[in-house]
Amino acid sequence: MPLTFSSESQNRIKKILGRYPNKMAACLPLLYVAQEEFGHVSTEAMDLVAETLELPPSHVYGVATFYTMFNKKKVGKYHIQACTNVSCMLCGAYDVLGRLERKLGIKAGETTKDGLFTLSEVECLAYCGTAPAVQVNEEIHELVSPDKVDDLIETLKTQG
Amino acid sequence: MAENMAESNIVKITTQSFGNPEAKEISTYERLGGYKSLRKAVRMKHDEVIEEVKKANLRGRGGAGFPAGVKWGFVPKDAKKVYLVVNFDEGEPGTFKDKTLVGWDPHRLVEGAAIAAYAIRAHHVFIYIRGELYKEARILEEAIEEAYKRRYLGSGIAGSTWSLDMVVHRGAGAYICGEETSLLNSLEGRRGWPRLKPPFPAIKGAFDEPTIVNNVETLMNVPTILDKGGAWFAELGVERDGGTRCVAISGHVKLPGVYEIPVGMNLKAIIDEVGGGMRGNAPVYAVIPGGSSTPVLTADEIDVPYSSQAMAESERIRPVEVYPGKLFDAGFPGGAVLRSMPGSGAIVVMEAGTDVVAVCARLMRFYAHESCGQCTPCREGTGWLAKVCTRVAEGQGKAGDVDLLAHIADGISSKTICPLGDAAAWPMLGFLTKFRKEFEARIKHA
Repeated sequence: MPLTFSSESQNRIKKILGRYPNKMAACLPLLYVAQEEFGHVSTEAMDLVAETLELPPSHVYGVATFYTMFNKKKVGKYHIQACTNVSCMLCGAYDVLGRLERKLGIKAGETTKDGLFTLSEVECLAYCGTAPAVQVNEEIHELVSPDKVDDLIETLKTQG
Repeated sequence: MAENMAESNIVKITTQSFGNPEAKEISTYERLGGYKSLRKAVRMKHDEVIEEVKKANLRGRGGAGFPAGVKWGFVPKDAKKVYLVVNFDEGEPGTFKDKTLVGWDPHRLVEGAAIAAYAIRAHHVFIYIRGELYKEARILEEAIEEAYKRRYLGSGIAGSTWSLDMVVHRGAGAYICGEETSLLNSLEGRRGWPRLKPPFPAIKGAFDEPTIVNNVETLMNVPTILDKGGAWFAELGVERDGGTRCVAISGHVKLPGVYEIPVGMNLKAIIDEVGGGMRGNAPVYAVIPGGSSTPVLTADEIDVPYSSQAMAESERIRPVEVYPGKLFDAGFPGGAVLRSMPGSGAIVVMEAGTDVVAVCARLMRFYAHESCGQCTPCREGTGWLAKVCTRVAEGQGKAGDVDLLAHIADGISSKTICPLGDAAAWPMLGFLTKFRKEFEARIKHA
């Protein structure tokens, strides 16, 4: 089924296009708009971006698959991203990741069956001074410990 | 936030508003003298602004350390359309200064970028911010909106006839986009593949037009340079490297955080006095001095001034080798050896007892993940480094793996379009040079 942008998204797109000297430059911003509206960047969503920007679909596929923040698969309501790069690692990030995996019953890269959580191991989030850092959707959690992981997951489950 | 202010009499430029949550608002920023420098700049000739920044000896704070004023001077004078692009794609592991600086004081970046744009005759600024920094992108967008309302941006900025637009462009999770030509491709809506240089961006950059790419911290120094003068700024630093610089200290120290220090301060003193010393009883064991790409130092090598020149030349730092006795050739002019560098200002401190082989393996997995795939030596080589180094760290190493790692790293270096290949090879060889015994012991016990 071909997708279409909502009128709200279309208004955003109009504004975005006004910021750049050509349509191709709006490729990343539009992939974000598509991801926000459709939940993830499916082939249909990429086709829609291509059509909107008058670009070959292959160009948009190439761009979308290059960048890690465009989710090509559906992710859970809460996307938990644990940094394990060096500064976080030195402060116990692998213990945090291990606790997340046990607590959620999934491995990094997987989504819980109820679709509530996706867990990812990610690279440096630039919160090295308050390591370890875990990002939940757009929100950063700093100085995370395994015990704090338990509280965090419980809170998110309660919110549902 | 755990940014700690260093207790000292050090002049504060980029961190002067740390601890003041109101500084994000334009009224506070103006009350503290903000946008005065922009008003001054737009009454000067474009080239006079460039001259002032040249006089300041302001070097780029992103890692490469190129003199900012000299770079600005590369834009052809007859260029019809010029872009300024702000590199806020802070992604080098251990580095968190730019996001902290903008988090406290976004208008200082807006003002610095506006002055720089005026100097290079640009009417458009794109701020390329890494995608993960949602909060900082919002803070910056609000600041820009306020600046438009107060007519520091838009048509006729700060009472002049110059028009200037500023746009925040979000990246989407690719370390490579911190490399300036990759960043430009990403801004244009392409995959973040680095471009061959020349042509350099100052001649042919964003949308094929002359473009200057500057780091966040670099530009945040510009309002003060215009206010107090280039000579005053130059005087604060060392020869050919003016002003102060920010360091981001992390790892096993008591007070991790972002601090402004004089260029050339002793690295050991930075760790002990600014970073508060070690958090536990264990002494320093290893230090990554300038972001994950810079060769690691042992505890005996940190009693050096934290400046590009000192860390390149100090006999206290052992040069990086490929094998014991065979110096690594990084391709530097005149065949200079590779010791280390302050790079992005990210100091990662490790205490005794740290598994440095595991740390090295983690870094190699990072580079393998972030290689853009364009050049074969980097695409294949970083993957091999990650695989072999990880198996060594996990006690599954094979005889000959240490030499294999050195051979792969040496085979990547200087053979790629952009420096990501070197950024993986240098720390690999650095860890092997400084901690070879630990790698060998791990294999022997495998």
